[in-house]
Amino acid sequence: MIPVEQVQGRAYPLGAANIDTDVIIAADHLKTISRTGLGQHAFETIRRTPGNVFDEPANRGASILIAGENFGCGSSREHAVWAMMDMGITAVIAPSFSDIFSGNAFKNGMVAVVLPQAAIDRLLEVAKTDPITIDLATMTVTTPFQDRFEFTLDPFRRACLMQGTDEIALTLQSDAAIAAHEAQSLVLSVTAADTA
Amino acid sequence: MSTALRTLYEKIWDAHVVERRDDGTCLIYIDRHLVHEVTSPQAFEGLRMAGRKVRRPDLTLAVPDHNLPTTARVDENGDRLPIADLASAGQLAALEANVAEFGVPYINDRAAQQGIVHVVGPEQGFTLPGTTLVCGDSHTAAHGALGALAFGIGTSEVEHVLATQTLQLAPSNTMEIRVDGELGFGVTPKDLILAIIGQIGAAGGNGHVIEYRGTTFEAMSVEGRLTVSNMSIEAGARSGLIAPDDLTFAYLKGRPRAPQGADWDRMVSYWRTLCTDEGAHFDRSISFQAADIAPTVTWGTSLDDVVSITGVVPDPTSFADPARRAAAAKALDYMGLTAGMAITDIPIENIFIGSCTNSRIEDLRAAAALLDGRHIHASIRQALVVPGSGLVKRQAEAEGLDAIFKAAGFEWREPGCSMCLGMNPDKVPPGERCASTSNRNFVGRQGPGARTHLLSPAMAAAAAINGRLSDVREMMR
Repeated sequence: MIPVEQVQGRAYPLGAANIDTDVIIAADHLKTISRTGLGQHAFETIRRTPGNVFDEPANRGASILIAGENFGCGSSREHAVWAMMDMGITAVIAPSFSDIFSGNAFKNGMVAVVLPQAAIDRLLEVAKTDPITIDLATMTVTTPFQDRFEFTLDPFRRACLMQGTDEIALTLQSDAAIAAHEAQSLVLSVTAADTA
Repeated sequence: MSTALRTLYEKIWDAHVVERRDDGTCLIYIDRHLVHEVTSPQAFEGLRMAGRKVRRPDLTLAVPDHNLPTTARVDENGDRLPIADLASAGQLAALEANVAEFGVPYINDRAAQQGIVHVVGPEQGFTLPGTTLVCGDSHTAAHGALGALAFGIGTSEVEHVLATQTLQLAPSNTMEIRVDGELGFGVTPKDLILAIIGQIGAAGGNGHVIEYRGTTFEAMSVEGRLTVSNMSIEAGARSGLIAPDDLTFAYLKGRPRAPQGADWDRMVSYWRTLCTDEGAHFDRSISFQAADIAPTVTWGTSLDDVVSITGVVPDPTSFADPARRAAAAKALDYMGLTAGMAITDIPIENIFIGSCTNSRIEDLRAAAALLDGRHIHASIRQALVVPGSGLVKRQAEAEGLDAIFKAAGFEWREPGCSMCLGMNPDKVPPGERCASTSNRNFVGRQGPGARTHLLSPAMAAAAAINGRLSDVREMMR
């Protein structure tokens, strides 16, 4: 994973609550065996509406998305994160995220920032004209207008993001502890009827 | 998180901690991993690129379900029929190549045991109480019905579990949902969970693991519990546990992948310790009376949007929160509904009985009981029954349920996810409405422009007969 310290750029001021992963990427596009190329299908139903935030020329190439409560709810499809990253989005700011989406985002080096609705409302306003900066070292979101919003991140996730940790390699260092757990597990000691 | 008094969740969590980090994150051992064709190809590819193996193929089980067509899979000679959609066929071929390369046990698309992963796991006894179970699918929450700490994961986590049989996880908050008393006439576990989600909201369970407690769940069949736990994710909760009991043990005993003999007895003794200690602390507790729940449907495009079958389509201006008001207005527009309209006046053109929420034998029996001797309404263009597995299908056929469905005008299909998610040929046409026993009413979920109303199998049968959403209680004999 590429280390992330800061995300800076224009933001799509989406704002809506309960944006589910079916809306981010429809199931019809999940028949791929690759992680790339999904950006063209991202937010398809929203993009069918003229004047939507994604097709606003001023927002072209934005690296941040600002959304409402419960962003990424529903299906666990990681394709939602891949599709957003494929279209250049590397951070989302929302009042809350679904647990699975925020986990998937983190695994791909996408930053999911939780801020209160009042801060979201202000950032939606700023995003219409100006860029936003998310800084992981100071854990702040700032604007060119002296706005400064502090956020918190799970310390493990923050460290992994900033160091670009390969989580599987990290876990494999615990191989002995995993084997020790396996040796004492009751359920792993019993045999299934069909293999007995 | 160890304290003297522990919840069921905390007991299972503690029993699976491999390592505890200073920041609170734990390395958690995963006992069971279900794999399907859609969320696994990139994970296997990741293993291949890093030169890694699957650590415990024996704890892994793969079965295709999401994009398989539900039409016949073999011809009259028993030869395999090709899948017309090349991308779907490619994904199935990738799964078959991956399970062969990595030695993962596999139930193929023509096996009687094939079905929706969340139907197959319990049915095969792969799902066991007190285990940690994951799958690259959010409805993995279903397995919590048997007392497994089960949750959906993304593809990166699928790869992590394949490689290490563990996940790095932060503990969740705990939420108790207590329901007591008997469900009313014509009211099912589906109605109960829809009503519960309507109360706590589609984001109400974020960051929490739910435990369903109370006499209503104690009296509920394991299949009913699977319906309830399955939809925990629709309230934002990754898992929804129900403490294992004699009903659970009776359900599992003798299943192909369940332990047997002395092993079975040892496991049951352990499983009996898996309940929340009296007085253990929950971060949040909510309670309901079963008698207050009516048959329930959804009217909008979020699980926030539930209403009793006796109700009306809400007026967006009735919501105090401006965001909710805007969302409701948008949902009404997408759904083609008018505020104040009686729910029972909503016309229906498509019926879907199936999905990991409601495709087990009890679900099919409930729908067939209402359809016996009746026929779908002339306005119904498409009515599908999709059993959750080949074994459910076989059982239903042995009971003559297929004949009832076919005589009523339904199509009797092969097992799979089908019309739940619009990634196989079973879709609801744009602008048409579907009374669906599935779990999500999201925009475009059942196909672009499709309008979904979620309900119970018996309520789906009632809608099929009348061509509009209907109160099943008025039609039950």
